[in-house]
Amino acid sequence: MAQATGIKEIIKPENLVYRKTKVMTDNILSYCPGCGHGTAHRILAEIIDEEGLQSETIGISPVGCSVLLYEFIDIDWQEAAHGRAPALATAIKRLLPDKFVFTYQGDGDLAAIGTAETIHTCNRGENILIIFINNGIYGMTGGQMAPTTLPGMKSSTSPYGRDVKLMGNPLKMTDIVATLPGTYYVTRQSVHTPVNVRKTKKAIRKAVHYQKLNKGTCFIEIVSNCPSGWKMTPVEANKWMEANMFPFYPLGDLKVPAEENAQKTTNSEKND
Amino acid sequence: MAKIRGSIVVEIDRCKGCEVCMVSCPTGTIAMAKEVNHKGYFYAYPAHPELCIGCANCAMVCPDGVITVYKTKI
Amino acid sequence: MEKELRLMKGNEAVAEAAIRTGADGYFGYPITPQSEILEYLMEADPYHTTGMVVLQAESEVAAINMVYGGAACGKKVMTTSSSPGISLKQEGITYIAGAELPCLIVNVVRGGPGLGTIQPAQSDYFQATKGGGHGDYHLIVLAPASVQEMADFVELGFDLAFKYRNPVMMLSDGAIGQMMEKVWLSPQKERSKTVPAWATTGKPATRDRIIITSLDLDPNGQERFNQKLVAKYNEIREKEVRYEEFQCEDAEYILVAYGTSARVCMKSIQLARAQGIKVGLLRPITLFPFPTKRLNELAGKVKMMVSVEMSAGQMVEDVMLSVNGKVPVYHFGRMGGIVTEPEEVVDFLKSKI
Repeated sequence: MAQATGIKEIIKPENLVYRKTKVMTDNILSYCPGCGHGTAHRILAEIIDEEGLQSETIGISPVGCSVLLYEFIDIDWQEAAHGRAPALATAIKRLLPDKFVFTYQGDGDLAAIGTAETIHTCNRGENILIIFINNGIYGMTGGQMAPTTLPGMKSSTSPYGRDVKLMGNPLKMTDIVATLPGTYYVTRQSVHTPVNVRKTKKAIRKAVHYQKLNKGTCFIEIVSNCPSGWKMTPVEANKWMEANMFPFYPLGDLKVPAEENAQKTTNSEKND
Repeated sequence: MAKIRGSIVVEIDRCKGCEVCMVSCPTGTIAMAKEVNHKGYFYAYPAHPELCIGCANCAMVCPDGVITVYKTKI
Repeated sequence: MEKELRLMKGNEAVAEAAIRTGADGYFGYPITPQSEILEYLMEADPYHTTGMVVLQAESEVAAINMVYGGAACGKKVMTTSSSPGISLKQEGITYIAGAELPCLIVNVVRGGPGLGTIQPAQSDYFQATKGGGHGDYHLIVLAPASVQEMADFVELGFDLAFKYRNPVMMLSDGAIGQMMEKVWLSPQKERSKTVPAWATTGKPATRDRIIITSLDLDPNGQERFNQKLVAKYNEIREKEVRYEEFQCEDAEYILVAYGTSARVCMKSIQLARAQGIKVGLLRPITLFPFPTKRLNELAGKVKMMVSVEMSAGQMVEDVMLSVNGKVPVYHFGRMGGIVTEPEEVVDFLKSKI
């Protein structure tokens, strides 16, 4: 009884430390249990909320599991054809340069059918943010091999494992776009642990800041899971991701702005 | 000495029982219920509420955003 | 402000008219015989005068999707291409139709199928008027027969596109795109400062979020949307039919032709009438909506109709549907990039009398 009273005392508005942002709608997410999409959506919505960008944002949703993204984040949306989101974003940002414009795309959308749009948008240095969810599989259509499927990894169209001699190699789009002069900030993160969620959120906030400064394309890959497609429980899937996806798609920054590097050097010198 | 006490509220019917919060909890506060919610999932709940420190790790990793976190000093 | 007289190619006229009508954006990719449009716009550099964005995209696919993005912001945006490029754009066009977005697409038609030829043809009639991409939809299709009309139909196209929230296609051909004629250009208009209520501009607290999409997973919702489109197309059929008649009053035979073929037929009529054959011309200006009603009326007064088109016979099907068996309907026209000769039309007509 004493304990129950204690909890009641804790659960008060003034003690609130975390609640789902109002920029997320109350619609039930259409994702499988444990899917990283929901977490990625939520931190994106949190940034939009915290940076006061709700009235300034135009998002472009992809074709794939997150096709209904516009049901979950309460901002203006355009739904693109499969792979074409960067082309939409290009026009939106050029016509409305003061708006915050981002695309949210899966690996099939961004790294297979939309390869040309992705690379050319990044190469032109369009002043937008591209969020790239890489779970190594086509989730929505039922777990087929994606451009990012790991060598040897099983999927419904590589049932004996991906044979790179027959099926080609996985494509590291993030590494490719990092080499392009148009990209300003390129990073690879994940959202499966509290630490990683915080890091990814920080990366999104940086990208928002850089877009305000008109710096060029920011590209954030989120290596994520697909418990249903991988045929694992969510907790197992996250462990498998750490053991198999991260060695192939290592987390961390691939391209950081020159001035930020300089800043870091100065700081470390001071510390020394 | 002031002690940090936290508490979580789970929106039971929105929880999909993925267990990611449970493994992210540093104090072992969260467990999965033995009964299911109306969608048929074994939902997460604070089985040991006295252990909660209000760190919000669970809420941070919850894909469905169903956890609200409170924290105070006692 | 007075109109300005210039000597221009049809393609150049499209570009200049786009700037003058206050277009917000142009997204294109080079392809013969319409590359002058992008070249003209790049040289004119309207971004520094009117603020119009001009961008050379990495493909026709990207260009039409840029049009989608711009149109969904409520902007006056356009793209141009020629037949093979228009085929590539079909995915984007059906999404634009499905999301009910206004835009202008110009097709300076060349011969096909496949890579075909770079010479003028009218073989994209089916693609333009029957949809082109997947799903039940129509474009509003305008068929210019002169450089003047290529200029005029830019503004008309945008007006119709915004009136009906529907993509508009200007179906020209390589002959009109490349030929030089005098053209009266309208004075420069300012770009619109108002934004339609349905456009994505960032969600203020005062309204619900705007979602531009062509997706509805609920079959009942999708069917309701299809019915809404049908109603819109029927309204367009009712209100927007445009055509021109030439010497139809006493005609015993009617030629039906659009674009370059209509110009050829003007000469054919002169030649035929000199031989005592009473021929008239009906030139559809809108191919969708098609002047069905008028053709049906005329069919009651004449002995025969010939659809003259530089194709294997595409518009002829719509002429037949319009006439509904009242009189015989034939097709005549050259293909492969060859423009039909006026004498050939007369000879064909005589062979059928």
